[in-house]
Amino acid sequence: MPIHEKSLIRPENITTHDKLVVDGVDVSGHWSTFITARNVTDYNETMQEEIAALPGGEHIHRCWQCGSCTNACTVNAIEPRFNPRYWIYLIRMGYESELVRDADIIWKCVSCHKCTHVCPRDVVPEGVMKATATWLEMKGYTEKSPSHIFDEEFSRQIFERGKIEDTEVMHNFFHKTKQPLLQDWLVTIGRNIAMRLPVKWGLKMMWAQVFKPKTKNWSKARLAIEDYIREEDARRHAAVKAGGARKAAERPHAEAAE
Amino acid sequence: MVDVTNRAEKYRSVAYYGGCALEGSGNGYDVSTRAIAKELGLGLKEVTDWNCCGAMEVKNIDPKVQTYLSSRVLSNAVNLDKADVVMAPCNGCYHNLKKAEYDLSHDDKSVEVVDMLSKKAGHPTYKAGQAETIHALDWLKHTVGEDGIRARTKGKLDGLKVANYYGCMYVRPRHIFPEKDKGPGTESTSKPHFMDDLLDAAGAKSVDFALKTACCGGAHTLSDSDTSTKLVLNILEAAEASGAEVIATECPTCHSGLEMHQVRAEKKFGRKTKVKILYFTQLLGLALGIKPRKLGIHTNISDSIDFLVDKRIV
Repeated sequence: MPIHEKSLIRPENITTHDKLVVDGVDVSGHWSTFITARNVTDYNETMQEEIAALPGGEHIHRCWQCGSCTNACTVNAIEPRFNPRYWIYLIRMGYESELVRDADIIWKCVSCHKCTHVCPRDVVPEGVMKATATWLEMKGYTEKSPSHIFDEEFSRQIFERGKIEDTEVMHNFFHKTKQPLLQDWLVTIGRNIAMRLPVKWGLKMMWAQVFKPKTKNWSKARLAIEDYIREEDARRHAAVKAGGARKAAERPHAEAAE
Repeated sequence: MVDVTNRAEKYRSVAYYGGCALEGSGNGYDVSTRAIAKELGLGLKEVTDWNCCGAMEVKNIDPKVQTYLSSRVLSNAVNLDKADVVMAPCNGCYHNLKKAEYDLSHDDKSVEVVDMLSKKAGHPTYKAGQAETIHALDWLKHTVGEDGIRARTKGKLDGLKVANYYGCMYVRPRHIFPEKDKGPGTESTSKPHFMDDLLDAAGAKSVDFALKTACCGGAHTLSDSDTSTKLVLNILEAAEASGAEVIATECPTCHSGLEMHQVRAEKKFGRKTKVKILYFTQLLGLALGIKPRKLGIHTNISDSIDFLVDKRIV
């Protein structure tokens, strides 16, 4: 007799015995396959609150689990593990150990807004993905993601000058993520386009390196934004810390199947 | 009811918010938009002392600051330039100005933070309803319109098969675009058609393209390049399968994403696609008889000059 649900159980939770006798009855064969019994007791009851305190997570409490977000999701179509509906469920339940299993991909949301477009409860799942990725970083479960490094570099330029400069964003991003600036595909692009560009264009690009584009009358806005961000960051760190940061050694290990 | 005649008049002269991308990698879009305005006698006045809208990045650091960034642009347009319509060709800018408008009319906390930051920054606080934000597509659709294009271009694009690609930020999420999905004559968020309408009026043949509003992965062009390449390849191959020779774009992030990952898809995955990528303003400009160099076509990564010569469009 096959176990129909076997595909739903993680392999590490299935035990098969070659020979097994229970209460004097030989149950070798099909009957010797067991699903490990488990009781989940390790919930993080403040997890939803903590994630709700981070940028984008504000409306997570509204979710009623219809699954429209996952159904519409761009990333889910190419990576089936990417499942916003399920992650929102885990967060609301406080099932931290299960969420952490997917810590490596939650940052991959591409912000296409398909989920927010279809969500009947205005949860803004896209924002929740960003907040969750930030939370995983703050808790030490993941390194700072390339996406977060990009966001920080991009935002830094805006806060400082009011505008960004494309090549500076690219250069600093590759530098901070320890990647070579001259990626082969970018070199090909550069070579192809350099043949066609007028000299004026090259001069313009060099000019932009020396005199970065900036917004006039920006200095007061910069101070106001930087003050505000500092206050908000402190508030967010306090909110997540109040939830009890776990040290690496105390991290719950994954023990359960879906 | 939407008063189209009134719009035609109202949009003749608008505040122009090109944004950072149009000063950098999306320069061809800026140049071609201005060239069309000049050709058609439409007024574009650049927003004084504009700043970046925060694109898709600042909201992940702080959503309220992102709202503030857009509100400052709108405040300058209203108070310094005395404009009541702001036209943004970039989907990112357009989306963010719309989102700010939505937040400032629905969320008290956003109003409060924007007011506080505006006061500290020393400019008047933008209030919801003071200006209308439109996209370059709205602008051309409602001023020159299909009839105007038809009369001026005399079918110059001559059956060119175009896949119109609108991307994410022009249509999603629907609640920040209250003027869309309002029936005939208005834009649709599920099957947008303004670009199809304009290019068809210039003689092109828009193909039935299922991925009009698919995502190009633009937010992760550099930070998760493999995902972006897969998404772009999907769009390029779907366009070719629909019989398109050209993909028309209306967003600098989509445009450079498609161009860059077309090269990367060939280099990394050995998947070559031949479809050309041009801004819809470049195609319309050509149809209006403007020279390719004046439309920045030589600054695109996707080299389409020979193709356009073959097609006798240039």
